[in-house]
Amino acid sequence: MSTASPTALIAEDEPLLALALQAELQQAWPALRVLATVGDGASAVRQALALQPDVLFFDIRMPGLSGLEAAEELAEAWPTQGPNARPFPALVFVTAYDQYAVQAFEREAVDYLLKPVQAARLHKTVQKLQQRLAHVAPGANEAKIAATRANDFEATLTQLRGLLRLGLSGDVPAAPSVTPAVLALSAVAPEPLKVLQVSVGTSIHLVAVPEVVYFEAADKYVRVLTAEREYLVRTPLKELLPLLDATQFWQIHRATVVQASRIDKVLRDEAGKLQVVLRDRPEKLPVSRLYAHLFKAL
Amino acid sequence: MSESSPRTLLQHGLQTATLNALIALAIMVFDDRRSLGVNMVYSQCIGLLIWLLIEAGLYLLVQDRARHWRRLVAIVPLSVVLGYVLGTLGAELLLHTHGVGYLSAEPRKFAGLLVVSLLAGAAMTYLFLSRAQLQAERQRAEVALRLAAEARLKLLESQLEPHMLFNTLANLRVLIGLEPARAQTMLDHLIAYLRATLSASRASTHTLEQEFARLQDYLELMAVRMGPRLQFSLTLPPELRQQVVPALLLQPLVENSIQHGLEPQVAGGRVDISASVQGTQLCLQVQDNGVGLAAPVVDVTDLAGVAGATGVAVLAVQKGATCETGTAGAAGSTDASGRGFGLRQVRERLHTLYGSAGSLQVENQPGGGTCSRIVLPLQA
Repeated sequence: MSTASPTALIAEDEPLLALALQAELQQAWPALRVLATVGDGASAVRQALALQPDVLFFDIRMPGLSGLEAAEELAEAWPTQGPNARPFPALVFVTAYDQYAVQAFEREAVDYLLKPVQAARLHKTVQKLQQRLAHVAPGANEAKIAATRANDFEATLTQLRGLLRLGLSGDVPAAPSVTPAVLALSAVAPEPLKVLQVSVGTSIHLVAVPEVVYFEAADKYVRVLTAEREYLVRTPLKELLPLLDATQFWQIHRATVVQASRIDKVLRDEAGKLQVVLRDRPEKLPVSRLYAHLFKAL
Repeated sequence: MSESSPRTLLQHGLQTATLNALIALAIMVFDDRRSLGVNMVYSQCIGLLIWLLIEAGLYLLVQDRARHWRRLVAIVPLSVVLGYVLGTLGAELLLHTHGVGYLSAEPRKFAGLLVVSLLAGAAMTYLFLSRAQLQAERQRAEVALRLAAEARLKLLESQLEPHMLFNTLANLRVLIGLEPARAQTMLDHLIAYLRATLSASRASTHTLEQEFARLQDYLELMAVRMGPRLQFSLTLPPELRQQVVPALLLQPLVENSIQHGLEPQVAGGRVDISASVQGTQLCLQVQDNGVGLAAPVVDVTDLAGVAGATGVAVLAVQKGATCETGTAGAAGSTDASGRGFGLRQVRERLHTLYGSAGSLQVENQPGGGTCSRIVLPLQA
């Protein structure tokens, strides 16, 4: 595996740029084998799981899943335990000029490349990657390797969480009108949302936010579930989230935000995955790896 | 004066006091029966009181100078008479010379000095008002200039979206090594696009033929980037080529179709742009088969207003009929995907140029994707 030549996967929706990155990598890191190049986020997750490369180059803005969402999904599905366990690949995000993204990357100390990719910058990134791959290479003892891997993975999860919290999503390109306004609102107005106005048919229902057991993103919609009823709203979850009281409403999954006081208990299954059991509803809600740290006290 | 600040008020007061002093001196020249000091007290008492009354009158009754200026005809003489009488009484009180005033002793002189006061009051009012008007006009001109510059900058910013520019340059960089001839063609499109964008930001107009040529530049650039994921067509009937339209009016619509319609789709899609005549109107249409408009989201500023006003944050959300039909919300309102910015800009330009005769409608198509339609008057 990594004892042989290191391997990489490129996810980039613009064919010429994918080609170019591959060519530049060949110059900067001749030993690196690019196993595949894909053009969208969902394929990136699929191929990464199938090919298990050492390094991932993910474009941020891709159709379907963004680079960040793909990384999140991959982290969720990656085998970290058992016989198939492999170290989580080193992640490098690639983006064209995008000041929000760059600020977010800098803040979370995430590796990133700017398009057009410059040779000098790529060289630096390659050196960092080589160092990182070297310290999980064989030679050190088993336990130490496992510990390093776990640390690296934990660090990656923290970084992804940070990027998601900063509202970095590839699918709304620099959205000048929406995202900063929502962010600004959440910054200036600490007053969290108290009532949701949901129109059902011809009437408008007022749903008190404390009554909400959980929110669940479904496609472009959000399901709002109270103990008795279910409503559908068309505001994306990521826009709803900043308006909620963060101490009350916890994001436990990309698609789920649950009211902490409505949680009965959290179960851990054989695979180590967490599930939230609710007080007022029968469903069990999966907790993604990214948010498992919320329930560390268990 | 409606925009009198403490500073201008003080300035006016000092200028009035100076005029009063000059009048006192002048009276001395014609009538040396009183000392300069006595004249000065009278003059200042009367002059300053008249001035204050006029200022108060203007402040209370002449808020809008363009509409209320006729009131000056009443305010100035009334203030002068009132100020003159009260000022005289005040001066007599100050000098303990009660009853020695002109009114009883020398009615002719009293009338003469009243006329002097009237002339002085009118002159000063005219001077102050015209100066304030000049300043207000200068301010208005500055504001207008700033607004125009802001609008231009916004247009430029939205059209020269950095992400688009850098991605295009990145593609160009690759093409130079790979296919120099194609790189040259791409560069030509980029140059034409940049030139059009920069001149359009100076709020010009051009013919529909040029408009379509610039859209083609943009689409060719995007086609290099997106490869087979982008197909497009441009349909311009020959008789409409010379119609004059605001430069790059359609650009934000095409950009929306690509960025928010096609780019999110793995398979991409197509954009069809066409011009046609509908009765006496010119109809410009941008159609795509992308993901369609998302639901309208709440206006965040409104939300803040509501939260601030009532202390309770309320989020108004609309429930869609069903996920499957995906009907559009209020056409063109800000939707979750960030299209709103470009649409607002197109609407503003249409409104400025054509008033109610120009309109933009954006809606989801039954078969998926969006259709944006601009209607404006057809030129003869």
